[in-house]
Amino acid sequence: MTRRSRFELAVLLGLGVFFLLVPQFVESRFWLGFWTTTLFFALLGQSWNVLGGYAGQMSFGHALFFGTGAYATAVMQVRFGLDAWTSAALGVGAGALVGAFTGAVTFRYGLRGSYFALVTLAFAEVFRALANSWEFTGSGFGMLIPMKAGAANLQFADRVSFYYVILLLVVLAYAVTWWLERSRFGAYLTAIRENEDAAQALGINPFRMKVAAITLSAAMAALAGIFYMQFYLFIDAGIAYGPGMSVNALLGPLIGGAGTVLGPLIGALALGGLSEVTSALLGQQPGVNLLAFGLLLLIILRFLPNGLMGLLHGRS
Amino acid sequence: MAVLEAKGIVKRFGGLTAVSEASLAAQGGRITALIGPNGAGKTTLFAVVAGFLEPDAGSVHFDGRDITGLAPPRICRLGLVRTFQIVQPFGALTVRENIAVGSHLHERARRKALAQAEKIARQVGMEAQLDMPAQGLTVAGRKRLELARALATQPKLLLLDEVMAGLTPTEVNEIVGVIRRIRDSGVTLLLIEHVMQAVMSLSDDVYVLNQGRIIAHGSPRDIASDPEVIQAYLGRRAVAHA
Amino acid sequence: MGAVYALVALGLALIYGVLHIINFAHGSLLMMALYATYFLFRLGGIDPYVSLLIVPPLFFALGYAMQRWVIQPIGHGKDTNVLLVTLAIAIILDNLALYLWTSTTRTIDVPYATNYVDVGVTAVALPRLIAFGAAVLIGILFWLLMSRTDLGRAIRAVARERQGAKIVGISVEHIFAMSFGIGAACVAIAACLLLPTFYVTPQVGHAFVLIAFTTVVLGGMGSFIGALLGGLILGVVEAFSGLFLGESLGQIGIYLIFILVLLFRPTGLFGQRMA
Repeated sequence: MTRRSRFELAVLLGLGVFFLLVPQFVESRFWLGFWTTTLFFALLGQSWNVLGGYAGQMSFGHALFFGTGAYATAVMQVRFGLDAWTSAALGVGAGALVGAFTGAVTFRYGLRGSYFALVTLAFAEVFRALANSWEFTGSGFGMLIPMKAGAANLQFADRVSFYYVILLLVVLAYAVTWWLERSRFGAYLTAIRENEDAAQALGINPFRMKVAAITLSAAMAALAGIFYMQFYLFIDAGIAYGPGMSVNALLGPLIGGAGTVLGPLIGALALGGLSEVTSALLGQQPGVNLLAFGLLLLIILRFLPNGLMGLLHGRS
Repeated sequence: MAVLEAKGIVKRFGGLTAVSEASLAAQGGRITALIGPNGAGKTTLFAVVAGFLEPDAGSVHFDGRDITGLAPPRICRLGLVRTFQIVQPFGALTVRENIAVGSHLHERARRKALAQAEKIARQVGMEAQLDMPAQGLTVAGRKRLELARALATQPKLLLLDEVMAGLTPTEVNEIVGVIRRIRDSGVTLLLIEHVMQAVMSLSDDVYVLNQGRIIAHGSPRDIASDPEVIQAYLGRRAVAHA
Repeated sequence: MGAVYALVALGLALIYGVLHIINFAHGSLLMMALYATYFLFRLGGIDPYVSLLIVPPLFFALGYAMQRWVIQPIGHGKDTNVLLVTLAIAIILDNLALYLWTSTTRTIDVPYATNYVDVGVTAVALPRLIAFGAAVLIGILFWLLMSRTDLGRAIRAVARERQGAKIVGISVEHIFAMSFGIGAACVAIAACLLLPTFYVTPQVGHAFVLIAFTTVVLGGMGSFIGALLGGLILGVVEAFSGLFLGESLGQIGIYLIFILVLLFRPTGLFGQRMA
C-alpha cells in the first residue's frame, strides 16, 4: 500500500474509533444531534463525491436522489403498508433507478460540465413540482410516517441508536468509496474525468462507466434520504427535492476535497464546526450558516482548489 | 499480410473535403509511415481508422474484420490503438496511474495493472517520472507518456500521431530506438511524422498524403525522389531543380 | 412577464456569449435588485420607474466589480470552476438577503399597478405593458450598442476570438467586466419593471434562474435575439401551462423545455453550438 493510502487508512480508522466512542462521552442531546448531523452530511457528501469528485460530473441537483429515497420509503410504508426494512430496500432501489435513468438520458446526449450540472438541477425541480402537486406524495403537505418505535420499524426511541445507524451507513459508504478508488472502475472513472477522448482511445466506454457511477451515487444519496425520513418522520417536496439539500450535498466534498475518500468527511466536519462558530457569534439567524459556507467555498476555490485535503498532499 | 486496410476513405466537413479516396495498408510486423504537408488530412485519416470519425465513404478492415464506424473503445479492445497529435494526458494522475489505465484493458486487478505500468515505463525510458503528475511533464515527456499508455493496452496495431514533434535530436534518437523495439516485439506500427530522418530510417513503407489524396506510395527511397512528393512539400519551383 | 424573462435572459446571454461562463448568480442579482428597488420605494419614496435611473447603473458597477475582482481571479478561467464561483456568490447573496431581511414577502403598492389597458384581445396590466415596451426599447438600444459603438465592437471581438482581441490591444479583462456589468444592469432594469406587479423574497431569484437559462438555451446560447424571443415565448408557455396545470405545475413546462432543448437541440433556435 502506498504511503498515502496508509496515511488515509490511519486517519479513517482513527476517526472511526473517535466516532464509535462519541456517545460514551457526549451527554447532551444537542451534541449528539450535532454529530449525527455531521455524519449525515458526510454520507450525503460522499454520494455526491462518487459522481462529482471521481467521475468528474458535478451535479447541482443531487437532492433528486435524496428525495426519491425519502419519498419512496415513506410512500411504501404509508400508502402500501410495507414494513420499514422492505421499504428502505425499495427506497434505495428507487434512488438507483432514478440515477440510472437520469444518467442514461443526460450522458446519452453527451451533456457535460456546466450543462450537466444545470440539467440535474432542472430534473430535481421537476420532481419537486410533481411531488408538491401529487396527492399520492402528500402534495403540499408532505408525507408523515406514524411514530412507532422499534427496530422492526427502523425507528428508535433513543437518539443514540440512530447515531449508530448513521455511523454504520457512513462506514459502509466510505468502505465502498475506498474500494472504488483502488479498483479498475475507479481508475476508469478518473480517466474519464481527466480526459474523456483519451479514455475512449484506451478502450473505456464512457457512457457505461458514467451511468454506473451515477447509479451508485444515487443509491448512496437515497440511503441518506431514507435515514433522514426515518429520523425526522416527515418530508415535503421542498426539503426532499429543493436546492437546499443539493447545495448541502456538494459543499462538503468541495470544501474537504473532491475525489478523495476523506474529503466529504473533512468537509462535513469543517462545515459543522463553522456553523457552531457562526451560531455562537451571530446567533441562530436564518441564512447565517449558508452565508458562512458560501464565503468558505469562495476562499477554498481561491486558495485551495483541491479542498482541505490539498493541504495534506501539497497538490494544487 | 495486411493487418490494416483502409479503402477509398472519404471524409467531408461541411464544404471541405478533408480526405478524398484515400487507401492504404499496413503490413504486419512492419512500420508504415504516413507523411504529407500540414493540413493534408493525415490526422483526419487516423481519426477515421480509429473510429473517432465516421467516413462518408470507404471502409476500414483490421485483421480481416470490417471495423468501419465502430466506436473507439471497441476498436481499441480489438487491438488497434491511437495516440493524439495534441497530447491528451490524464493531468491529475501520475505517470504510473496514466499508464495503468492502459494496462487495465487486459488486467482487472489494480496492483497488477500498476506493476505492468511500471514495466512499460521502463521500456520507454520513463522510470524516473513514474510518480510525477502528468501535468508536470514536458511536451516530450507527455508524448512519451502517450506512447507508453497506448503500449500498455497490448495493441496489435499502434497508430502514432506525430510522436516526435517538438523533440530534440537526442530525444528523437531515443524514441526511434523505442519504436524499433516495439516493432521487434511484434506490434505493427503506422506513424504520422514530420521528422524526416526518423521516417526515412524507421519505415519500411511510406504513403504520402496531400490535400486529402494519396499521391505516392513506396519505399522511403522511392518517395524521396518522387517529383510529385517534392512538389507537394516544396512547391513547383523545387521540382525544376530536383 | 415574457418581457421580464427576456430582459433577464438577455443579460445572461451576453455574459455567456462573451465570457463563455454560465452565471449562476444571475437570479440572486435579480433578487438583490428587487430589494434595492423595494427599499428605495419604501424608505425614499422613489417610484420604481424612477429607480430605473439609479438601480441599473449601480448594478452595472456591482457587476463590473464582481467579474473583475471576484469571479475572474478565483475562477482561474476553468469552466466548472467559474460555475462554482458563481454558485458560491449566489449562495452568499441569497443568504445575506435572508439574514438581513428575513423571508417575509414584500410588495409595494403603486397607484397604477391595477390600471388595465385594453389591447383588443384582452386587458393587460399597465406595468406589464410598460415592461414589454421597455424590453423592446432595451433590445433596440442593445442592438445599437453592439453594432454601432466601439464598445460594442470590442465586445463582439472578444466574444468571437479572445486571443485575437488581446493582440489588437483590447483589454479582455475590462471587456469581460463591462459585459458582466451590462448583464447585471439588464437584470436591474428587469427588477425595476417587475416590482410593481410582483413581490420579493430572498428565494425569488431561484425561479428566475432556471427560467433565464431555459430562455438562453431555447434562443440559442450566445444569440441575443434568440434570448429576447425565447423570453417572450417562455412567458406565453408559462401562462398557458399555468392555466391548464395550476401554479406549481406550470413551472414544470419550463423545466421540461430546458431539459429537452439541451438534450436534443443544444443550438437552440438561433444560436451556435459551444464547444
